[in-house]
Amino acid sequence: MTLPEQISNYLKQFTVGIAGCGGLGSNCAVALARVGIGRLIIADFDIVTEQNLNRQYYFHDQIGRLKVHALRDNIQRINPDVVVKAFDMKLCVSDVIELFSGCNVIVEAFDKAEMKQMIIETVLTKMQPKPLVVGVGMAGWGKSTIIGARNSGNLFICGDEVSEVSDELPVLAPRVGMVANMQANEVLEILLKDFRPSN
Amino acid sequence: MEIILNNRNESLEADQLTINELLAVKNFTFKMLVVKVNGELVRRRDFDSATVKDGDDVMVLHLITGG
Repeated sequence: MTLPEQISNYLKQFTVGIAGCGGLGSNCAVALARVGIGRLIIADFDIVTEQNLNRQYYFHDQIGRLKVHALRDNIQRINPDVVVKAFDMKLCVSDVIELFSGCNVIVEAFDKAEMKQMIIETVLTKMQPKPLVVGVGMAGWGKSTIIGARNSGNLFICGDEVSEVSDELPVLAPRVGMVANMQANEVLEILLKDFRPSN
Repeated sequence: MEIILNNRNESLEADQLTINELLAVKNFTFKMLVVKVNGELVRRRDFDSATVKDGDDVMVLHLITGG
């Protein structure tokens, strides 16, 4: 097997939860599907709109569909081996625990700061030692070098931690894509910790 | 006291601060944030009672809308 095949084969055993399927969640899920993650549990309550297409991994002919259903289709067109469980719901504390307790890693991909806080507090107080990878600060354009990654125990933080979305500072494909892929990269680092290639 | 704040060494004049005092001193002004001290999450309702003292490892994360 080639090394990418070995990696894909190894990743089949793992399940990743993705909380939110907007700019962060859709792009992160696709990156993980491409490298061969075994199972994805995706959750979102929203539908695809035309305004989402400047950054989220959906297509024009998917406008009006539930994001979780459109994303499941897109993932399976890329890699049909990925098992996708799609949940059309707005997550609360008990949902996070129920949906994601079987995951090896959880990716926080919400839009709203309140929801980010909810999932961080839930995972840190009720689900330890589950790793949680969050995306914080990615609005605007340029400033590539202030985007970073750090961790505090099992909390992994990706983003620039300062750029909040506003009327003057929209979220656009390049920077949200950078943070989403950085989250996927953190997930890989966690999951591939004990991976040893054979030759 | 000497603490670690977001992976950096910090010298503070006070011997001890509550979480809210530390946030004020270090200018963490966002409404939504998460604080961990020595790996443990500090709940918001405890920000006036929980303290930071010499040698503590503190993480403060601003939560920013967007994603």
